[in-house]
Amino acid sequence: MGLLTFSVGGIHPNDNKLYTANLPIENLKAPKQLVIPLSQHAGAPCKPVVEPGQRVFMYSKIGEPTAFVSASVHSSVSGKVIEIRNHPSSTGRMVLSVVIENDGKDEAVELEEDEDYINKEPDVLKERIKQAGIVGMGGATFPTSVKLSPPKEKPIDSIIINGAECEPYLTADHRMMVEKPIEVLEGLRVLMKVLGVANGYVGIENNKKDAIKYMVSACAGFEGIKVLPLKVKYPQGAEKMLIKSILNREVPAGGLPMDVRVVVQNVGTAYAIYEAVRYNRPVVERVVSVTGAGIKNPKNLKVRIGTQIKDVIDYCGGVKAGVSKVIAGGPMMGFALYSTDIPVTKGTSGIVALVEQGLTHYEKYRACIRCGRCIEACPMGLMPQMFSVYVERGFYEDCKDYNLFDCFECGSCTYVCPAKRPIVQQIRLAKTLVKR
Amino acid sequence: MEIKRKESDFIVTVSPHVRSVETVPRIMWTVVVSLLPALLCGVYFFGLRVIFVTALCIVGALFSEWFVEKLAGKPITIGDGSAFLSGLLLGLTMPVTVPFYIPLISSFIAVGITKQIFGGIGYNIFNPALIGRAFALITWPRAMTSWVEPSKMFDLNNIGAAFSNIGMWLDGKTSATPLGILKLEGIAKVFEPYAAKADLYMNLLIGQRAGSIGETSVIAILIGALFLMLRRYISWHIPVSYLATVGLFSWILGGKEGLFTGDALLHVLSGGLMLGAFFMATDYVTSPSVKKGRLVFGFGCGILTVLIRLKAGYPEGVMFAILIMNCFAPLIDRNLKQKVFGLRKGK
Ligand code: SF4
Ligand code: SF4
Repeated sequence: MGLLTFSVGGIHPNDNKLYTANLPIENLKAPKQLVIPLSQHAGAPCKPVVEPGQRVFMYSKIGEPTAFVSASVHSSVSGKVIEIRNHPSSTGRMVLSVVIENDGKDEAVELEEDEDYINKEPDVLKERIKQAGIVGMGGATFPTSVKLSPPKEKPIDSIIINGAECEPYLTADHRMMVEKPIEVLEGLRVLMKVLGVANGYVGIENNKKDAIKYMVSACAGFEGIKVLPLKVKYPQGAEKMLIKSILNREVPAGGLPMDVRVVVQNVGTAYAIYEAVRYNRPVVERVVSVTGAGIKNPKNLKVRIGTQIKDVIDYCGGVKAGVSKVIAGGPMMGFALYSTDIPVTKGTSGIVALVEQGLTHYEKYRACIRCGRCIEACPMGLMPQMFSVYVERGFYEDCKDYNLFDCFECGSCTYVCPAKRPIVQQIRLAKTLVKR
Repeated sequence: MEIKRKESDFIVTVSPHVRSVETVPRIMWTVVVSLLPALLCGVYFFGLRVIFVTALCIVGALFSEWFVEKLAGKPITIGDGSAFLSGLLLGLTMPVTVPFYIPLISSFIAVGITKQIFGGIGYNIFNPALIGRAFALITWPRAMTSWVEPSKMFDLNNIGAAFSNIGMWLDGKTSATPLGILKLEGIAKVFEPYAAKADLYMNLLIGQRAGSIGETSVIAILIGALFLMLRRYISWHIPVSYLATVGLFSWILGGKEGLFTGDALLHVLSGGLMLGAFFMATDYVTSPSVKKGRLVFGFGCGILTVLIRLKAGYPEGVMFAILIMNCFAPLIDRNLKQKVFGLRKGK
């Protein structure tokens, strides 16, 4: 019935977006102390360019990239650097981080506004994006400036803004499109300009009717941009699925979107791009959905990067009794946290607190009954049960016969498995062991 | 510097953190429920002894599962519905007249040997219920092929009759199944008692014929199967390709007057085909799990069924056809993978 979608696989989990879908984005006051990791992106960590004791301003650069695939890090408040130390991140790894004591004044580095940004040279725009430390804010955190520098032999003809937000619970992009549609579209226009592309698309899952409405009406003033409603089906927002849905192109196995002449960027990223090229403003805050049955007062919050998750949760009234899982990101691909002393980073799209009810504990899984549900659910056309069974028996190498590395760990197979097998976990284990 | 990790009660696992409500027991029990129409039709046509025979199979299956798991020191899984389902399916393939020891022994062969010895649920190669039945057929060929006329046993005006035969089969008008008659006496004889062909088809649809307890009523089986398909517990691929293949090849090869003169409808509606196609061949564990493979599997079952019915010594071939194809299920899965996203064909 008209709605665009991908053909193979996909699942329909309860989207649970009502907790926060209709709540306007609120500003969260910066806390007394922030921990800003120097690696919030895919790629090489930054090296610190500040020292303990040094005073920093809001927007001051505190981390400098050390490689091409990297993104600078800026201070999100004014105050004093207390120390530079390892601090746990949402993935559980330790990351070198700058701890800043907030003086509460928000004294900022002066930013120059450029109203005529759209007429600037692509390279100038790209440099501003790079300087702002922008990364994919949907969670993948790939540095945007790198995505905007495809090799010459890979021309780009289309840009897609990913407004699918297919993860259950999350509403950050949704609210952004409702509240800042023009800015998001401006960001897309900049991207089109940078890559010299005439076609821009915004794909939005059809469960965000108001976002579609606002984006469509905002879109009227833009040339070459189409806003397209998409079928509600997880993982609609995965790059490869989104490209298939909108352009009917299939990214080759092991390949990247640029192999089919496409660049995909998330809604939050588009907004950050607009801020960067117009105001020269670096990424120092982002919208986070704080939601789930375990949060007292769910909210959409604009949070300074480096704010501890516990401060965010406290602002939302704290967790309810019986919370058993707190997730950074969405429940399908996010990371379960062992502690809330973990900072919000550029890639933290949500904080979801789940209560015991409805959780499944992995240790209770059963034998595979070969029901085929996982196969039917896999958007990549893989046979997840083979990975699961092989890994269980220790036949890691054999997983390669079933295209192990085409799995992007979307979790659809594991979601549907009636035997509650930890398939994604087994796949990850195989991936690490086989690579070696 | 050392970071002091805060004590916390949070559970940490790999994503995804939400799961569907579907579980193995839920699936098994739902399939059990979907077989109730067939069972009730069996009771209607063959009397209350149907319950007795089926119950023996179920008790035997549950006991065997418990017994072998106990011996092996494994967790007891009789609550997951799988053994119950195997027992029920086995019961539905028995003639109502069987002496009590046949259900008991063959349910042990089905669940204790075929399923548990291979490692329990998920690991068996063959459909347990069908192996149980095959064992019974080979060991007690007479008892497993004595059929009775339906409908005489459950008369609302004479409830007593329904109870009369529960313990041991005493009497009842013996009869042959339509396929049995077809094999021994030819097609004319099958239609002889009927004024019009349609009357026979009608009887086959509602189940008014001699046969195993749960196989006779096509309508009852279809009701259950439809329910399962609507809930997406079974896919259409195996049953449809199975039935279509049987129809096609019995039409081509099944006639006396040369090719393309067989009675496809008769073949499709009789024997254990409906029960087999929807409830036995679709058993997850012993059939392929990729759609393409399922079509091939159904096709293979169909061909074998027709060949056995037409050319071999048995009037009915569904059971052996499915068992033979069970062996090929892993092979089919290995060779007919899905197309991987982004991979060109032939690579
Ligand atoms: S969904 Fe689970 S039980 Fe079913 S085939 Fe896949 S791994 Fe096996
Ligand atoms: S996690 Fe991997 S194997 Fe499982 S459905 Fe997603 S892509 Fe397929």
